[in-house]
Amino acid sequence: MANESGGFNIRPMDQFEVKALFGGDVSWYTPTNVTLWMALTIVAASVLMVYGARGRALVPTRAQSAAELAYGFVYKMVEDVAGRDAVRFFPHIFTLFMFVLFANLLGLIPFAFTTTSHIAVTAVLAFTVFLTVTALGFILHGAKFLGLFWVSSAPLALRPILAVIELISYFARPISHSIRLAGAMMAGHAVAKVFAGFAGALGAAFFVPVLAVTALYALELLVAVIQAYVFTILTCVYLRDALHPSH
Amino acid sequence: MAEDAANGVGMPQLDLSTFSNQIFWLIVTLFVLYYVMSRIALPRVAAVLADRRGTITSDISAAEEYKLKAQEAEDAYHKARADARAEANRIVEAAKAEMQAQLDTEIAKADAEIAARTAESERRIRDIRDRSIEMVSEVSKDTAKEILTSFGAKADARSVNAAVEARLKGGL
Repeated sequence: MANESGGFNIRPMDQFEVKALFGGDVSWYTPTNVTLWMALTIVAASVLMVYGARGRALVPTRAQSAAELAYGFVYKMVEDVAGRDAVRFFPHIFTLFMFVLFANLLGLIPFAFTTTSHIAVTAVLAFTVFLTVTALGFILHGAKFLGLFWVSSAPLALRPILAVIELISYFARPISHSIRLAGAMMAGHAVAKVFAGFAGALGAAFFVPVLAVTALYALELLVAVIQAYVFTILTCVYLRDALHPSH
Repeated sequence: MAEDAANGVGMPQLDLSTFSNQIFWLIVTLFVLYYVMSRIALPRVAAVLADRRGTITSDISAAEEYKLKAQEAEDAYHKARADARAEANRIVEAAKAEMQAQLDTEIAKADAEIAARTAESERRIRDIRDRSIEMVSEVSKDTAKEILTSFGAKADARSVNAAVEARLKGGL
């Protein structure tokens, strides 16, 4: 950003750089902008869910109403998608939803750092879900969990082929799960940055990219919420497969 | 900035040197967030929701109860009104009957009195007539005697009386 002296010297990827907060090299424990924005995610989620619901009012305030809405939304999602016996995993899924939602939304603040735009973060989330769900499937059902890949409703001749396809799609889950979120976040922020750079370069016609960025920002707001929703609902779908592996 | 130059393409997401840092802080964040959500936030919201559900249920049952009570009160009111109407009808009937009875006795009494008075009047009329007839016969006898005397005829009282009476009987 220092050398935006002339022309199309737009650096849309600079916003994704991980930097140490107090200077120096980035080692595994260094407080970085990742630390800052993840902490802010915790603060934002806590403000909504703890501070917002502090009144425990029978007739809720606006903040409490929003907290109850978030609770009811995720609870119903878990119950409807993953089944009634998945409700014991509701706190885990709710944590996941809150983290992704607020990381996405906070990332939309200008000059913010979007933690969920990093594949390292989303991959950890996705593989945590993947490993947990797979382990849960084997713990609950033992070898019968493999029935998930053996489509007993298909003709016998097709079953081995289907099993291979199912197996591949099963192992592709964490990859698509993580890249979807990181990709959506990264792409949106990068495009916004590029458009914003055009505004500086176009001179008198600056309002065209400004309008475009405004429209894009609204879209990004939608994407931020939808990606959090998609991430959570896919988690619920995977959880259902682990709890009820039979097709 | 140095890594950025080294990367060339400039995708900080693929800079493996920052992965350990991100993963470490992500895990810390998830644990903290999970603790806050599962220990504080979710039980609180769940309690509020359960509380509200309970209040709503009890309020609805209370309303149900009040409705029943209102129904009972209305029934009681209707019953009281019907009773009062029946009672009023009964009283009216009784009063009417009493008045009728009183009227009947009064009429009977009045009839009796009228009859008595009529009888009395008739008796007196008869008396007056009898007396007047007597007086007429007396006067007729006296007059006849006087007339006979003034004509100079001798008439004994008994025959004159008998003649006058015979005349009167035919005349009156």
